[in-house]
Amino acid sequence: MAIFVDENTKVIVQGLTGGQGKYHGLRNRDYGTQVVGGVTPGKGGQDVEGIPIFNSVAEAVEATGANASFAAVPPKFASGAIMEAAEAGIGFVVCITEGIPAQDEAKVFNRLVRDFPGTRLLGPNCPGIISPGKCNIGITAGEIAQNPTADGPNVGIVSRSGTLTYQALYELKQRGIGVSTCVGIGGDPVPGTNFIDCLSEFQNDPETHAIMMLGEIGGSAEEEAAEYIAANVTKPMSAYIAGVTAPAGKKMGHAGAIVSGNKGTAQGKMDALAAAGVKVGLNPTEAGELMAEIVAAL
Amino acid sequence: MDLFEYQGKQYFARYDIPVSPGGPADTVDEAVKEAASAGYPVVVKAQVQVGGRGKAGGIKLADNEAEVREHAGNILGMDIKGHVVRRLWVEAASDIDEEYYVSFTLDRSEKKHLMMLSREGGVEIEVVAEENPDAIVKLHIDPVDGLSEAVARQACIEAKLPERAIDGATDILVKLYRCYDEGDCDLAEINPLILKPTGEVHALDAKVTLDGNAEFRHPEWDAFRGLTEMDDREKMAAEKDLQYIGLDGTVGIIANGAGLAMSTLDVVNQVGGSAANFLDIGGGANADVMAGALEVINFDENVKSIFINIFGGITRGEEVAKGIVEAMGRVDLKAPIVIRLDGTNAEEGRQILLDAGIPEDKLRSEPTMLEAARAAVALAS
Repeated sequence: MAIFVDENTKVIVQGLTGGQGKYHGLRNRDYGTQVVGGVTPGKGGQDVEGIPIFNSVAEAVEATGANASFAAVPPKFASGAIMEAAEAGIGFVVCITEGIPAQDEAKVFNRLVRDFPGTRLLGPNCPGIISPGKCNIGITAGEIAQNPTADGPNVGIVSRSGTLTYQALYELKQRGIGVSTCVGIGGDPVPGTNFIDCLSEFQNDPETHAIMMLGEIGGSAEEEAAEYIAANVTKPMSAYIAGVTAPAGKKMGHAGAIVSGNKGTAQGKMDALAAAGVKVGLNPTEAGELMAEIVAAL
Repeated sequence: MDLFEYQGKQYFARYDIPVSPGGPADTVDEAVKEAASAGYPVVVKAQVQVGGRGKAGGIKLADNEAEVREHAGNILGMDIKGHVVRRLWVEAASDIDEEYYVSFTLDRSEKKHLMMLSREGGVEIEVVAEENPDAIVKLHIDPVDGLSEAVARQACIEAKLPERAIDGATDILVKLYRCYDEGDCDLAEINPLILKPTGEVHALDAKVTLDGNAEFRHPEWDAFRGLTEMDDREKMAAEKDLQYIGLDGTVGIIANGAGLAMSTLDVVNQVGGSAANFLDIGGGANADVMAGALEVINFDENVKSIFINIFGGITRGEEVAKGIVEAMGRVDLKAPIVIRLDGTNAEEGRQILLDAGIPEDKLRSEPTMLEAARAAVALAS
């Protein structure tokens, strides 16, 4: 088991003929992911290192039976690409694109909720998702993820930041701790998939025994997650929140990472998570150490 | 991108939102000229991105040229909470019957837009929210549906705006939403939105934050560039397209990824130091990007040590190392570097740095983030 994606996931790459799409799409295939096709309008019939290219997602789905998409397209085309995947019946769309206008993102999110409830969007502006040993969609370097073991204990990771996700994978790998699935939800203001979506899946996943969560300043997603954890999550958790020293009113690299007045501070999020029983580390390494302690006690 | 009041009003005007006639002025003479064309009496307003301008003496009424000269002379160069006034906005003074408040922002929890409308304008909305929360009408707007005139009108009625203000206010709400949506704003706020004795409603102030991600479809935003309140370091970083935020500390920071960069600031702080900046060089940084980043850090007089924190995922360790070696050949660095290089091909990267023969008082490697932070902080103090 794993969450959202596994060895049966069939992926098409929207933008496989572009620089980013080709580089990461082929890496995903090398990792063992079933990358069954690519989509680039006007380039149908060609192939990228043996992967067939289709003119539309609908064509690709019909020919390959794909059930997931990896959207690696520039910001101005991203909304269209996500909606095209949804309309073609794709159930899981990973969008790594950074720099999508917030207005577009808000519209896409609400359109999906209303008209395509069967489609889950991960991202945008996220590193993607990896179920180690089974499926890797996005830009995560597969070799830093430790495969899960049959009996566990294995850890599920959910994170708002790319490099911190790698850091978390690395911390666990250093300690020989297996990972069931690692989900990067992305640093934008309106992520398609949020902490609670992932926590709920991890709670129900028999292969996941503990959960590591990496948040950052801005918004109230961590506080909402803390409420959810207190009421619904029985698996032990460790967490880290980036941005304790971030000044108010500045976007810290990610569009969503901004402290507004006294709202969205790291301290507030850390307090909320600690109150929900999560072991909160002051830096990513400490969160890794805390997770190692949790796993050792399981 | 935060706009100044006058830029916000110029932006509002593009969407037919009524504002007072006026113009920007950088000198006393220009202020007099703008006053003459706006028509007396006028208001002379300091253009700074900070609240409380009025209380600080940055907003003055002038009935004639002599008064404009006096006020403009006083306000230009004035320091308002650390913001020096370099530009004025001079506009025709308005007779005010009532003051309201309206704003549009994204409610991240609800994933919908939020309109706030209040009959109690002219004061900070946070104060109204605290003291009289019932005076604020909050309305969530589905981004797909937008804001219809009927819904806007209903909101005005719920906010208990007087009968004679409703047509004008409804019209502005619909236009302001269009400005917020099509104009790609993170925030569009009018405080106060005024009702004149004549029954006209119009925007007396403008607070607009533009979404930088939408810049590609707004060539008209070029006019706003270069005028934002950036310090010299931030301007230099912006020219190099680096994600940089200037801070007050002594440890220069370079990291890959926004989360790791934030985390680096935190760790430096935890071990007793203070960061001079936030700088995210993003994924796949090459020698050019690294050299640019080091130039910006080097430009900051306060920097006493530099902490480069790289976790290679897609970014490969040996590429980063090559970049640093090349960059050090191009930039004459005043402060020593402490680097922590981990992740993909980190071993090779460290070897490249070692082989480059850079003396240890210029560059040293530490195995973990925490140890590197301690070393960088020790060098800075």
